[in-house]
Amino acid sequence: MTAESIRSKDLLGVETLDPDEIHLILDTAESMAEIGRREIKKVPALRGRMVVNLFFEASTRTRFSFETAEKWLSADSLNFAVKGTSVEKGESLLDTARNLEAMSPDFLVIRHSSPGVPHFLASRLKTRVINAGDGAHEHPTQALLDALTIRQRKGRFEGLRVAIVGDITHSRVVRSNIWCLTKLGANVTLCAPPTLMPAGIREMGVAATSDFAAALDGADVVMMLRVQIERGGGAGLPSAREYFTHYGLTRERLALARPDAIVMHPGPMNRGVEISSEVADDVERSVILSQVTNGVAVRMAVLYLLSGGSPESWGDGA
Amino acid sequence: MPREELMRKARIMDADRMDRAIVRMAHELVENESDLASVALVGIRTRGVPLAERLAAAIEKTEGVRPTTGTLDITLYRDDLSTIAPQPLLKKTELDFDVAEKVIVLCDDVLFTGRTARAALDGLMDFGRPRAIRLAVLIDRGHRELPIEANFVGKRVPTSSRETIQVLFRETDDVDEIWILERT
Repeated sequence: MTAESIRSKDLLGVETLDPDEIHLILDTAESMAEIGRREIKKVPALRGRMVVNLFFEASTRTRFSFETAEKWLSADSLNFAVKGTSVEKGESLLDTARNLEAMSPDFLVIRHSSPGVPHFLASRLKTRVINAGDGAHEHPTQALLDALTIRQRKGRFEGLRVAIVGDITHSRVVRSNIWCLTKLGANVTLCAPPTLMPAGIREMGVAATSDFAAALDGADVVMMLRVQIERGGGAGLPSAREYFTHYGLTRERLALARPDAIVMHPGPMNRGVEISSEVADDVERSVILSQVTNGVAVRMAVLYLLSGGSPESWGDGA
Repeated sequence: MPREELMRKARIMDADRMDRAIVRMAHELVENESDLASVALVGIRTRGVPLAERLAAAIEKTEGVRPTTGTLDITLYRDDLSTIAPQPLLKKTELDFDVAEKVIVLCDDVLFTGRTARAALDGLMDFGRPRAIRLAVLIDRGHRELPIEANFVGKRVPTSSRETIQVLFRETDDVDEIWILERT
C-alpha cells in the first residue's frame, strides 16, 4: 500500500511513521533531488510560508541543510540560535515557542539537547513541528536521508545487512535508524564497546555485539557513528587512539564486509578515531557526501508533505 | 459529506479516432515548425507524457527524425498548493536536454482552465530560455480562467460545468478512449 500523505501534523520521530509513509517521503525526496541538479535551484511550492529554525544546540550540517531546503522551496526562514536571544535572559521554552508562534510561522524546526522537547511543543502549538534532533532520542530526517542513500545504492531494504558501529548510548541517529531500517525490512546489527552499548537495546529488534569483526561479516552497509565527546562519550573510552585500534574502520577491517559494502557516517567525522581517512575518502565505498546531498532532498520532501494541511481539514482532495 | 459520483455520459473518441487526431496534430506541427531538429516535445505529467511520445512517434514515421522528448511535473508550481490537501504526489521532472534555443511543445491531454499550462510555463522557464513554447492538447474543453490558448488541438469539446473529460491512454490506463463524464 502506498501512503498519499503523512498522517500526523508533525514529524517528531521515525518511531511513529508507517513503512508506507517512509516510502512516500523517500519517493518525494527522489523527485526533489532533481531540483538540486538544476541551474536555477528554486521552485515556488512554499512561497509565503514561514519556517522558524529553532536550534538550542550546535549544528552546522542539519541547520544548513534545512535552510537550503527551505530556500529551494521558496519558504521564508528565520534562524534562532540561543546566543543573543531572550533564552539567555531566562525565558522558558514554552514562552519562547508561544511568542514565536504569535508571528504565525508554518513550521518550527527544532533541535534541543533534551529528549521529548519537540513532542512537548507539538502538543501545545498549532504550528507544525519538525524534530531536528532531541537529545539522544531521535533525529528522524537523518535516518530518512540515510535510508534514501541506501536505497539509491542498494535498491532494496529487505534482507539487507546493516552494521551500525560506535557510540550507541549517546546517539539519536542510531535510534531513528533502527526504527527506520527495521520497519523497511533490513537486518540491523549494532556494535560498540560494552561501555557504549545501552542495556536492553536488543528489544528494539536488532542484534548487538562488541565484536567489530563479527558485526562487519557479510554487511552490505557499514554505518559509523561519531564518538560524542561533548555528550559524555569520552567517559566510556580510555583514549581516542585505543578506540581507533579496536573500533576504527580501516581498509583492512572493511575487507571483512561484503565487497560492495558502502560506508556511511552522519558527520561530523573524527578522522583517526572512528574512521580512517583512507576509508572516508574512498569514492568507491564511502557515500558520506551523498548523504549530505540527500539530506536537502529529504528535508524538502518533509516540508512539502507536511505543508498540505492537517488530516481533519482534508476534504475529497480535489 | 456525500461524494458526488462521476458517470460516463458519452464516448467522444475510440482508439482509431485518437490515432487519427494525433497523426493530424503531428502533421500540423511539422508544417508549422520549419526546424524540426530544434523541436522538443515535453509531456506534462501524467497524461501529457503518452501524448508527447505518440506525437514524436508519428513525426518519426513521416519525417524520419524523432524529436527529443521530456517530462515535466508541475506539482510544485501549482497555484492551489496552499488550499488543497493532502499534498499532490510529486513525480520526477526529466528534461535531459538544454531547453535554451529549443522550440518546446508542451503536451497535455486536456486544456481546461489554463492553470496547468501556466504552471508548466513557469516550470519550464526555470530550466532556461527556450526560443519558443507551444501548447498541444488532445481535448480543449473550454472554460479558460487565464489568457492561454493551444497551438495544436485534437478536438474541441464544449462542456458544461457539470461535465468533465476523461482521457485514457494504453500506456497509463490499458485502453485508448476519451469520455465525457457527468456529475450525478
